[in-house]
Amino acid sequence: MNGSPIELICPAGTPAALRAAVDAGADAVYAGFRDQTNARNFPGLNFSRAELREGIAYARERGCKLFVAINTYPEAGNLAPWQAAVDDAARLGADAVILADLGLLDYTAQRHPGLRRHLSVQATASSPEAIRFYAEAFGVRRVVLPRVLTVADIERVRAEVDVELEVFAFGGMCVMAEGRCSLSSYATGRSPNKDGVCSPASHVRYEDEGDHVLSRLGNFTINRYRQGEPAGYPTLCKGRFVPAEGPAGYLFEEPISLNAIEILPQLARAGVSALKIEGRQRGRAYVSQVVRAFRAALDALARGEPVPADPLDGITEGNRDTAGAYEARWR
Amino acid sequence: MTDGQRRTPYLSLGPVLFNWAADQWRDFYFRVADEAPVDVVYVGEVVCSKRAPFHEPFLPAVIDRLERGGKQVVLSSLGLIAEARERRQGAELAAEADRLVEANDLALVAQLAGRPHVIGPFINVYNEGTLRVLAQRGASRVCLPFELSGAAVGVLARAVPGVEIEVQVFGRVPLALSVRCYHARAHGLHKDGCQFVCGLDPDGMAVKTLDGEPFLTVNGTQTMSHSICQLLEQCGALSEFGVDGFRLSPHKVDMVAVAALYRAVIDGRKEAPAATEELAKIAGFAPFSNGFFFAREGHRRIVPGRAGGE
Repeated sequence: MNGSPIELICPAGTPAALRAAVDAGADAVYAGFRDQTNARNFPGLNFSRAELREGIAYARERGCKLFVAINTYPEAGNLAPWQAAVDDAARLGADAVILADLGLLDYTAQRHPGLRRHLSVQATASSPEAIRFYAEAFGVRRVVLPRVLTVADIERVRAEVDVELEVFAFGGMCVMAEGRCSLSSYATGRSPNKDGVCSPASHVRYEDEGDHVLSRLGNFTINRYRQGEPAGYPTLCKGRFVPAEGPAGYLFEEPISLNAIEILPQLARAGVSALKIEGRQRGRAYVSQVVRAFRAALDALARGEPVPADPLDGITEGNRDTAGAYEARWR
Repeated sequence: MTDGQRRTPYLSLGPVLFNWAADQWRDFYFRVADEAPVDVVYVGEVVCSKRAPFHEPFLPAVIDRLERGGKQVVLSSLGLIAEARERRQGAELAAEADRLVEANDLALVAQLAGRPHVIGPFINVYNEGTLRVLAQRGASRVCLPFELSGAAVGVLARAVPGVEIEVQVFGRVPLALSVRCYHARAHGLHKDGCQFVCGLDPDGMAVKTLDGEPFLTVNGTQTMSHSICQLLEQCGALSEFGVDGFRLSPHKVDMVAVAALYRAVIDGRKEAPAATEELAKIAGFAPFSNGFFFAREGHRRIVPGRAGGE
C-alpha cells in the first residue's frame, strides 16, 4: 500500500532454528519462552531468557528483528508468568510482543508503552471493527489476521484500518477460527488457549493393525490409514470421522498445509505488511527451506518479476497444499 | 459481596444455536415466555449469518411475548464477524438502544462501549485482567467461556464487583467456529449453496469416530460436543463461588421441564442427584459431561469422590 517491502516473519522453536531463519533471509523471527505463555508450548522447544538474549543479538547483528509470542490466555489467579514474560521481553530488547489476551494487552500498554504490540492470530480479530478496537484501546500496531478471511476480505479490511496486517503464508492450517477452539481441550484436557498446545503428542497413540495404522488422541480414534499413506499428525480437525450424513472421511479438513506462495501478488495488492511462516515446532531444515523459498519469492515480487515456481513439495503435510480460506471456494 | 448478601442466582436460557424452522423457533419462545421458570432469555442468531433472515419476521413478537412474561430479553450477536453481511448485522444490533446486547465477537465490544452490555461465552475471558478491562468499558455481565475450570470460575466470580458472572450449566458445548460449513460439506455442498441442510438436524448432526464412537456434533459452521454439559451437581459450588447466573442452552427437549429442574435445585427444593436422574429422562439423547469444570477432558463425566471419575 505504501510501497514498503513486505516483511517475512519466520518461526524459531530453538536457537538453531533462529539462526537458520536469520541466515535464510528472515526480516523478523518470532519465538516464545519455554513455558505455557506461548502457543507452541511443546517439550524441548522454545527459549530460556539467556537463549532469547543471544537470539536477539544474533538477529540484530544481521539486520533482523525479533518478536516474542506471549499469545496464550493467562490463567485466572495466576497472571504473574505472563506478565513476567512481557517484562522480560521488554528488558531483553524484543522488537515486539505478540499478544492475544485483553488483560495482558492492557498490562503491556500501561507498563511498557514503548514496546511494540502485535495482536496474535489467537485473538481472532476478523473485522475492521475488532481491529480498530485493539488499536484504539491498546495501541496495537499490527494484527495477525485469522485464517478465515479471503484475499478480498483482507483488501476491504486494509482500506478501513490504519494498522499493519500480517497474514499466514505457509505451514499448518487451522480450519477453525483460531483462539476460539476447544476441540483439543474436549478430547485431551489440554487447550491452545490455556496451555499453548493443540492435540498434544503426549496424548497421541498409534496402533499397528498390520496393513493399517490407527491414530488416537486421548480416547478417540482420529484416523485409520494404510501403512505408508500420507496421513499426517493426528490433529483433531485433520482426522477422518463419520458424519450422520454423507461419507466417512476428512469432515473438517484433509491433512494439508497452507501454502500461499502462488497468491503472493494478490496478497501484496491487498496491502499486507508482513507474511508469516508457521512452524515453531519444526526443525532447522524446514525453516531454512521455507524461508529461502519465500525470501526468493518476495525478492522477485519486489523486482516486479514473476514469483518463482513452488519448490516446497517435499515438506507440506500429506505432501499437499492449499490456499485455504484465502479463496472463497474453501468455505 | 458477602455470602450473607448474596441473592439467589438467576436462571437464563441461552440463544437457540440450531437452525430450527422459524415457526417452531417462534413457538418455542412463546412457550418459554408463558411457562419456563427462567429470568433471562437470550435471542438471536449466533452461528451463521445466513440463517438470521428466517427468524427476523418473528423477532418483535417473540421479544414482546417474553417481556410480557416477565423475562429480561438480551439480544445475542454472531460468534464470528468477518463478512460484510455479518458486520452489518453486528452494527444493527449495537445500535439497538432499548435492550441489552450480548457481544460474542470483539467487533461489538467497541460499538457497545460506555453502556451496559453482556459479554458472551465466545469472547475469551480467561482471567481477572481481561474481566477488569471489559468491566471498565461497560460490560455488566459476562457469560464465561465453556472450557474454564470451576477453579477459574471461582477466581473470576470474586474478581470484579458489580459484574454479573454467568456459566452454562446445560447443553452441548460449542467447541469451535469456522467460516467453512461442515454441515454443507458433509452433504457434498458448498457454504454458498448450502440449501440450509443444517435445518435437518434440530440438535446438530452426529459425528462419530471411525470405530463408531459418538464424539462431536456439527451445527453448520459450529462444531459442538456430542455430550451434554450438565452441571446440576456443581450448581451449589458455583453458587458459593458467587456465580450470579446459570445458563441453559436450548435443545429439542422439554426445556420448560429442564428449567424447572434446575430452578428446583438452585432454590434448594430438590437434591442434585435426584434431579440428575430426572434430567436423564428428559434429555437422554446424549450422555452428560462435566470434565471442563474439573479441569479435565471436556467429554468426561467426573463424579466427585469416585476415583478416576466416570
